[in-house]
Amino acid sequence: MSSSAPSDRSHARTLLHQMLRIRRLEEKCAEVYTQGKIRGFLHLYIGEEAVAVGAIGALEDEDAIVATYREHGHALMRGVPMGAVMAEMYGKANGCSRGRGGSMHLFAVDRHFYGGHAIVGGGLPIAVGLALADEMLGRRRVTACFFGDGATDEGEFHEALNLAALWKLPVLFLCENNGYAMGTALDRHEADVELIHKPAAYGIPAEKVDGMDVVAVERTVRYEAETVREQGTPRFVELNTYRFRAHSMFDAELYRDKREVEEHKKRDPIALFTARCREEGLLDDEALEAIEKEVAEEVRAAVEEAEAGEIEPLATLASDVVSREVP
Amino acid sequence: MAEFLMPSLGAGMESGVLTTWKVKPGDAVSRGDIVAEVETEKGIIEVEVFDDGVVSELLVDEGTKVPVGTPLAVIGGDGADAATDAGREADAGREAEPEPRTAAVADRPPAGRSSQVEARPAPGGRAHHDTPAARQLAREEGIDLRALTGTGLHGVVTRADVLRAIRTRQPAEREDRVSPYAPRRAEALGVELAAVEPGPAGAIHAAQVEAAAGRAPAEKPVAAKKTPASKTEPATKPKPADAQAAMRRAIAAAMTRSKQEIPHYYLAHTIDLGPATEWLTAENESRPVPERLIVGVLLLAAVAKAVREVPELNAHWTGEAAPPLDAVHLGVAISLRKGGLIAPAIHDADAKSPGELMSAFKDLVKRTRAGAIRGSELTSGTITVTSLGERGVETVYPIINPPQVAMVGFGKVVERPWVVDGELGVRPTITATLAADHRVSDGHRGGLFLAAVERLLQSPEDL
Amino acid sequence: MKRATYREAVRSAMRQAMSGDERVFLMGEDVGRYGGAFAVSKGLLEEFGPDRIRDTPLAESTFTGAGIGAAMGGMRPIVEIMTVNFSLLALDQIVNNAATMRHMSGGQINVPVLIRMATGAGKQVAAQHSHSLENWYASVPGLKVLAAGTVQDARDMVLAGLDDPDPVVLFETMVLYGMEGDLDEEAPYDGVWRAAVRREGDDVSLISYGSSLPKTLEAAEALSKEGVEAEVLDLRCLRPLDQQALEATVRRTHRAVVVDETWHTGSLAGEVVARLVEGAFYELDAPVERVCTVEVPIPYAKHLEDAAIPSVARIVTAAQRTLGKG
Repeated sequence: MSSSAPSDRSHARTLLHQMLRIRRLEEKCAEVYTQGKIRGFLHLYIGEEAVAVGAIGALEDEDAIVATYREHGHALMRGVPMGAVMAEMYGKANGCSRGRGGSMHLFAVDRHFYGGHAIVGGGLPIAVGLALADEMLGRRRVTACFFGDGATDEGEFHEALNLAALWKLPVLFLCENNGYAMGTALDRHEADVELIHKPAAYGIPAEKVDGMDVVAVERTVRYEAETVREQGTPRFVELNTYRFRAHSMFDAELYRDKREVEEHKKRDPIALFTARCREEGLLDDEALEAIEKEVAEEVRAAVEEAEAGEIEPLATLASDVVSREVP
Repeated sequence: MAEFLMPSLGAGMESGVLTTWKVKPGDAVSRGDIVAEVETEKGIIEVEVFDDGVVSELLVDEGTKVPVGTPLAVIGGDGADAATDAGREADAGREAEPEPRTAAVADRPPAGRSSQVEARPAPGGRAHHDTPAARQLAREEGIDLRALTGTGLHGVVTRADVLRAIRTRQPAEREDRVSPYAPRRAEALGVELAAVEPGPAGAIHAAQVEAAAGRAPAEKPVAAKKTPASKTEPATKPKPADAQAAMRRAIAAAMTRSKQEIPHYYLAHTIDLGPATEWLTAENESRPVPERLIVGVLLLAAVAKAVREVPELNAHWTGEAAPPLDAVHLGVAISLRKGGLIAPAIHDADAKSPGELMSAFKDLVKRTRAGAIRGSELTSGTITVTSLGERGVETVYPIINPPQVAMVGFGKVVERPWVVDGELGVRPTITATLAADHRVSDGHRGGLFLAAVERLLQSPEDL
Repeated sequence: MKRATYREAVRSAMRQAMSGDERVFLMGEDVGRYGGAFAVSKGLLEEFGPDRIRDTPLAESTFTGAGIGAAMGGMRPIVEIMTVNFSLLALDQIVNNAATMRHMSGGQINVPVLIRMATGAGKQVAAQHSHSLENWYASVPGLKVLAAGTVQDARDMVLAGLDDPDPVVLFETMVLYGMEGDLDEEAPYDGVWRAAVRREGDDVSLISYGSSLPKTLEAAEALSKEGVEAEVLDLRCLRPLDQQALEATVRRTHRAVVVDETWHTGSLAGEVVARLVEGAFYELDAPVERVCTVEVPIPYAKHLEDAAIPSVARIVTAAQRTLGKG
């Protein structure tokens, strides 16, 4: 399977540019992690970029997003500046969560980006609640809720689908199925590996899409999001993808074969898309080089911004625990 | 210069938590001084220093767990050395104790070396507060807190300050507890706390202070509607201090654990003491009165030598096994006047003559009753003897003192009809019992041990 | 001022809040047609309709999380978790989400959700329906925790909790829903964040809250007959604790008994004692006593249940011990 074709040059350029921003940023993250500049957990999205780029590109700016702990790409796509993302991973005050969240908890509420959530399945009820507020306040927007295949094991997944369906709430459930719940393969953690059977149990329409085909992701999510918006009821998309790198930086990858990874790398979403654009004559070497150059410059500047950032003063340690001290 | 290391306080101890420092940089210490408390699997044990000098640096913070052998403190040769060292370390940019060396007590007796220490005046005169632990210890030991310089935060007199003072004074008889509020009440009412009789629970609360002030409990408006008797505690004699209760609890815990964990077996054997008592009478005639022996010492000697023949009884259980120990450190159960007991050890008892054992035993009893036993003496015993003959019992069934694996009991000397060489006679006899750990030894070996005790007591001149 | 039950006071407050603010709504198990497991929301469905009185599936984690999400989305939800026992199924949402969201986002989000739940033993409903776990919630930064021990507080705490911009966990006492007391439906309610002296006395402080408060007041009366005048301090707000009030009461009495239906080990009372020692050490004239629940899952049989939880007799005895009697 190859990638679907973009509509025009500008479209091609945009999709490739966004995917490369995610990839090059994360490659840099891995590098500075080994230098000890980023600590804690760092979950890389490399290999899965077409999902965030296609899906978030298909949403309206007003739509709400709830993401997982593997959310650097989602934040970038939602317009969080790369420097603010990198600075957050550096634990700096100029990070998008002022150094309180780190890699797993990027937030940009002004952009309706309601965070990276690091308890698997824990973000789904939040998304249902955001949609409930929209419904009660008469706001016509979609809440896009990203989660992995591992989340479908959780009770909160089933509870949240049930509640969204029962109360007819505008949630678009986006299951990023990369085949592994951390290190446990899908058929080792799910009795029924056909994930779209699960929303069916709650009467939620569902479809699946090749998550390595950025154009197909975009097309599918656009259709599904518009349907949610029009009908005000939940829908479900399974995006089949693959994580090329380890689950996190401290992972010996004992659970999968290197050949399996190599096999999947043949379907690298960026390579597939680039090839298709070349075939279609939408991108040439010069254009590609220009995009790479632009992205490299943005990454360089982001690192510089992170390095230069101030750290939060210790005096602020306990700030923002509550919004208001009790009277 | 010497390093004070985390001591090994028992077989199997790999590390310990330094829970409390009893000294600080600048304090003069003498060999044998208690300088710290260390928490081990067995509980908190006071540890002593083995060098004379002045503490120049504490290397390990309170609450830190460190392996056995880790340097805990540096002991300087004298005060001058310590000061120089501290200066050097400060120069080198290391963390040095920021305070000047502070004093123990001004009237420390001359120790034959120049450990000049200066008393730091309490800021603003007498410290306003003392810690309850300091106050309790001070009362127990009869120390006047007002004479001490507080070294705690804001000049508070701490337990360590009192401990330093104790080293120069005689302990007092009184052992009262005082509530944190009572001293302030005493001050307000102009009552001398030392003159206040404790309440029924052996503690001084505000109510006792008020009673001593000869007034109704409080000058509170609501006091009128109360019956004074409900507030004013009758002045009674102080009850035995709670140190006894604490010891009771410690014994309870240790013995409960022993009985629960150690599969005891018991053997008893009645032994003819005729030859021993005859030998003793003759021997004592040739000794000056202070050096005379008692029969109990012969029993100790016999046990110490017999256990060499059955070495598995002379051991410490390490959790999996109990390898026999080379030295025989004979624990002796000594009951305390106010109740409770401890079992400090006579070191290398198997190599001591009855005369040496006698003086070691007397020294141990004296120091036990004076509260001057070292932590190491309490933990080093390899087998323990208890004699309850004085209490008139014939047979003792002891509970092993862990981690030891055997304990020997002796009852009183009883004259019994006894057959010697086919003839019935009346002989002084004693019943020896052995409680032993069945994980380590069997009844057969235990029997051999009691037989060896008997055999040795038949030839007292060889002991 | 009128006479009302604790249950009616909670209902009155919810009615007042929903009438005054369109963003306020109630959701939880059986809060609508059933009228609430403890009949607290009886009649509200008829008054406010199913959009604002929402019966939920039996999915504590998700309906609590939905309340959190709705609060993030601009609503003022009241989430009713039937009892604290079931709230354990929602601990992930309360502890991992509601409590962390503001700090973890660098101050971008606040979560104005009121989570109400019934707590405590005393109705012979056995181990799985009798927990008191206020101390668990009170240990979590990011939450505010209230416990109502009077009829007036049952109303005031609902309103104060809804006014607050942060997640508030409100503990209502299961056995007190039927208790009658004075209720002023126009009273200001901002005082609930501070401890209140419910009875004055100079001899000993009895510190309590929620389910134990009526027992503690009764114990104080019993002590009075013996000539002991106890001050009763109602903590009311379990997080943050009112340190000033704790120190002040002990400065007056120099003795304290802390009464708390959570289990002895790790009890909220333990925290209170620690704070007394930290802040008012030199005021203490006797060891501080705790009267907590015996360390046993609450048994069904009445005599066993009664013996497990704090009782008037245990409070009296503990108070007497601090006075050197008994």
